[in-house]
Amino acid sequence: MDIKAGLLNNDKRAAARLISMMENGEPEAVQIIKECYNMTGHARIIGITGPPGVGKSTVTDKLAKQLRKEGKQVGIVAVDPTSPFTGGAILGDRVRMADLNNDPGVFIRSMGTRGALGGLSKAVHGAVKVLDIFGMDYIFIETVGVGQSEIDIVKLADTVIMVMVPGLGDDIQAIKAGIMEIGDIFAVNKSDRDDAERTAAEIEAMLDFNRNEEYRPPVLNIIARDNKGIEKLLELIEKHWEYENKSGSYKQKKLNRLRTEIMDIFRDEVMKTLYSISENTNIINELAQKVMDKQMDPYTAADRLMDEFTNNQRNN
Amino acid sequence: MDRPIRVVVAKPGLDGHDRGAKVVARALRDAGMEVIYTGLRQTPEQIAETAIQEDADCVAMSILSGAHNHLFPKVVNLLKERGADDILVVGGGVIPEDDIPGLIEAGIAGIFTPGTPTSVTIDFIKNNIKRK
Repeated sequence: MDIKAGLLNNDKRAAARLISMMENGEPEAVQIIKECYNMTGHARIIGITGPPGVGKSTVTDKLAKQLRKEGKQVGIVAVDPTSPFTGGAILGDRVRMADLNNDPGVFIRSMGTRGALGGLSKAVHGAVKVLDIFGMDYIFIETVGVGQSEIDIVKLADTVIMVMVPGLGDDIQAIKAGIMEIGDIFAVNKSDRDDAERTAAEIEAMLDFNRNEEYRPPVLNIIARDNKGIEKLLELIEKHWEYENKSGSYKQKKLNRLRTEIMDIFRDEVMKTLYSISENTNIINELAQKVMDKQMDPYTAADRLMDEFTNNQRNN
Repeated sequence: MDRPIRVVVAKPGLDGHDRGAKVVARALRDAGMEVIYTGLRQTPEQIAETAIQEDADCVAMSILSGAHNHLFPKVVNLLKERGADDILVVGGGVIPEDDIPGLIEAGIAGIFTPGTPTSVTIDFIKNNIKRK
C-alpha cells in the first residue's frame, strides 16, 4: 500500500495505517508527515476534556453530528487509558458514537494512552496531523477522563471545552489549580439533574477571579443525550475562535504550542539515544554500582552520562 | 512485536446480550491488547468501517441470536471489498457445530463456542494475525 498516495487520495485505510505507524514510532511515518506538513493547518482543533463519566463522548458525538449537518468533515481522536500493568486497554468511546460509523464524512480513531500521563497519548499529535492532511474541517480530541492536573490538551487544541456535571464537589474544587484553569468554554452536562444551576454558578464564581478582562469563558448548561444546548455550544466555539483571532492571542498561543512541540520531539529523541546507550553499553549499570559503593554521587554520575551522550552524538 | 495488537470487539445483529463479548474484551485487555469496543447492534458495514478506521489487526464478533451464517461472512466480504482482507476475523457465541465448517469456508478464521477458555482465543489471535 502506498500510504502517502492513499492519504492524499482520500483513502481511509491509508490514513488509518499512517496513524498506527505514528503510534508505533516508525520513521517512514515521520517522513510522510514531513513531506505533507505544508498541508496542515486547515482543521480547527477542539479539545473535549473533563472527569470520567461526564459525557465527553456523547458531547463529541452530538457536536460532530451538528457539524455534519453543515457539511463539515469531522475527525475524532478519542483517548482512553492504557493499563500500566499489562499494556492493554479497552477503548470504548465509539460506543457513544455508533451512528457516526456509517458516515463517510467522519473518521474516528481510538487510542490508548500508552504510558503518557497528561490525559492524551503521545501519538495524538501525529494523529491530528494525519487527519488535518486528510482534509478534515474539524478535529475533536477527547481526552481520557481527567482528574485535576492532566492538561496536555492545551498543547494541541484551539478551543478547550471542559465538560462537568452537577455534584462533583463543592466550590473549593472549582478554585483548585489545574484542569479548571484550561477551559475556554465550560459545559455543565446532564443539566436535568439537581444542582445543575448551582454547579454553573460555582464555576461562574471561580471565573470571577480571572484576570483576563477581554475573554471570560462562558458557562453553559447542556443535556447532550437529548441534544439540548449543542447548537449553542457550537456558537460559543465559534465566538471563542473569533476572539482568539481578533485579539491576536491565537498567534501567540500557536507559537507557544509549537515551541512545546519542538521541545517534546527533541526530548523524545534524546531519550531514544539514552535508551540505546543504556542498551548497548554497560555504563549506566557501572555508574549505579559506583553510586551504590559510595565512590560517586548520583549528580556526578549524571554528568558522566552526559559526557557519554555528547560523545555518542559526536560519533554519529 | 513491540506494538500492542488491536482488536475490534463487536456485536453484530439484534441480540442484546454482550456479557460474553465484554468478558472476552476484558481478557484481551489483560493479555496486553488494545480492544476497541463498539457496543451493541452493529451492522456489518459499521463493523467493517470501524476495523478500517481503527487499523485493527483482528475483528472479534459475538452473536447469540442465530444470525451468524449471514452476518459473519458479510463482514469478511466487506473487508475484502475494501482491500482489508489482512484483518483476521474470528467469531463466537451460540454457534451449532454443523455451522462451523461453512463459516471457516467463508473466511472466518476461528469460531469459539461457549466454554472456550479465554486463553485459547488469546493464543489464536496472537498466532494468526497477519500483520507483524
